Amino acid sequence: MRIESCGKTFADGTRALEPATLDIARGETLVLLGPSGCGKTTMLRIIAGLELPDAGGRVLFDGNDMTSVPIERRNVGMVFQSYALFPNMSVADNIGYGLRIRGMARQERAARVAELVALTNISGLENRRVDQLSGGQRQRVALARAVAVRPGILLLDEPLTALDAALRDRLRGELNRLLRALGITTIYVTHDQSEAMELGDRIVVMEKGAIAQIGTPREIYFMPKNRFVAEFIGAANIVEAPVENGHLVLPGGRQPIGGGASRAAAVAMIRPETIWIVAEGGAPLSGIIDSVSFIGDRQRMVVSGASDKLLTIDAPNTIKAQPGERIGLLITPEAVRLLPAEN
Amino acid sequence: MQYGAPGQGRHFFMPHRTFVWLCLLPLAVLTAAFFLLPMARLVVTGAEGPQGLAGYLAILVEPRYRATLINTVLLSAATTIVTLIIATVAGMFLQRHRFPGRAVLIAMLTFPLAFPGVVVGFLIILLAGRQGLIGDLSNRLFGEKLVFAYSIFGLFLGYLYFSIPRVILTIMAAVQKLDVGLEEAARSLGASPWAVQRDVVLPALGPAFVASGAIAFATAMGAFGTAFTLATNIDVLPMLIYTEFTLAANFATSAALSVGLGIIAWAILALARSFSGSAVAAAG
Ligand SMILES: Nc1ncnc2c1ncn2[C@@H]1O[C@H](COP(=O)(O)OP(=O)(O)OP(=O)(O)O)[C@@H](O)[C@H]1O
Ligand SMILES: [Mg+2]
Repeated sequence: MRIESCGKTFADGTRALEPATLDIARGETLVLLGPSGCGKTTMLRIIAGLELPDAGGRVLFDGNDMTSVPIERRNVGMVFQSYALFPNMSVADNIGYGLRIRGMARQERAARVAELVALTNISGLENRRVDQLSGGQRQRVALARAVAVRPGILLLDEPLTALDAALRDRLRGELNRLLRALGITTIYVTHDQSEAMELGDRIVVMEKGAIAQIGTPREIYFMPKNRFVAEFIGAANIVEAPVENGHLVLPGGRQPIGGGASRAAAVAMIRPETIWIVAEGGAPLSGIIDSVSFIGDRQRMVVSGASDKLLTIDAPNTIKAQPGERIGLLITPEAVRLLPAEN
Repeated sequence: MQYGAPGQGRHFFMPHRTFVWLCLLPLAVLTAAFFLLPMARLVVTGAEGPQGLAGYLAILVEPRYRATLINTVLLSAATTIVTLIIATVAGMFLQRHRFPGRAVLIAMLTFPLAFPGVVVGFLIILLAGRQGLIGDLSNRLFGEKLVFAYSIFGLFLGYLYFSIPRVILTIMAAVQKLDVGLEEAARSLGASPWAVQRDVVLPALGPAFVASGAIAFATAMGAFGTAFTLATNIDVLPMLIYTEFTLAANFATSAALSVGLGIIAWAILALARSFSGSAVAAAG
């Protein structure tokens, strides 16, 4: 599947999407990730055929130009954020609707519906009305309905956002296993980075209608291309300092980095869990502990004096340190990632 | 006794139940004065004719009365169905599309809302009467004057004209509340535009159809002004009641006919409602 320079300007002049090009491999799960209003839904709707890209944009399935093919003939499965289940049909009729439209015989249809009911764990609910279901059950029905027709591509728009946190975590795992088992090409929209990390083979990070970075979860996390991606994914310390002879020159010392030309102003990212706390004097960098909050599996410390801003550190939960204490900070050169300077 | 300051003691407040009954008083008075008493009187009057209670039977047995009754029900039913079809197609289009002149068009369509039936009848005469536009046109084209204002078709047209503005507004409001996501979901599953209408849109509009159809039907059953202006050759129930009452001074029969009109309209509406209710339940 390929999206070729697809932009979208709405009739009222809103530029929702800058022309973007994207390739999706067969069987891959691609996650569109970004803050609210960045154009994720718009991109998904263009792929689905619910929205036409601006002139020049093309949507290709298996090399065939589908740009002007309406959604009902694209063979896509869609799960909407609101689920959009048909209120005038039972659960089984909802799941079997696409099959009925395709003219599948009643018995064959019933068999396929039963298969999906088992797959999505909703046995016993087949004859319920949709308004008699809980949020999690609705989500499963919506998914079952979308995959029942064996779509060429599955599109999910924030399918878990409407659920409470505990259920979201459980369903996320379930969804992940289901998508792997089906081996179906999937595009998954979310603004939740942990959801994106767990589900995505690759993640497309979007910012203000443009693609900021495409990469595997690891690439996105460890090698963000810019400050926006670094801050949006996980927690990040953004440090602004000059670079001299392969060192960041900070108020608390000189931190070695993996090379890079000397310059007066650089922007670097350091993840909180890559900073190690050691005795003062044993490290190139030192600072004073501002606060310590014990989280359970780890503790979060805020250190001042080491960098131009406060540094956030995720330290093991066994370290005993008090606010006001002076400590040394050890960071491997590879953990410091230089970002392009902003203009 | 330990009464606190005024407002603190519970005894200063009326018990909740008394309060509710007091609120119901106006409703009770209204119901008694305007509905129960006159209705009871009407029912009694209907049985006070020379035939007694059999006067009620007469409206079903007497050929003239029966024919009128059937006429009225059929005409009202046809009006309701055609109104719903036209109003749905037009209302859906008007609600879903933005085009220049849309506001003007909606205003024009709903302009006749305030017209009394007589004016509607007059408009039909202007259109299809002996001096009407259609007559003129057909005369010029085919050399024959087409006049149908005073036929059942003219009456039908008048009823349509009367009910469409009412129904179209209800339908437009219902269309606005439709969940577009449902239609998109159906399309994503392969449903053609027709299938989407059949499986998603029309079921969702069901309650609006029943509500506005009920009003259209009841209005058509009781329409007098339009009938008075146009129904010179045909009998509809309100006209029959009028002639029995004023011309023949046949109070008993007109009362019996009125009660019959009320019951039939009410029964058909109840039927429609339960049918649509069970249809929704069965589908759901
Ligand atoms: N039909 C429309 N007409 C005009 N502007 C629109 C339309 N739909 C979306 N937009 C605008 O386009 C931009 C992108 O919208 P989109 O729905 O794609 O965002 P999103 O990334 O899905 O956000 P969210 O996470 O809140 O769902 C927004 O600024 C939105 O206001
Ligand atoms: Mg969205």
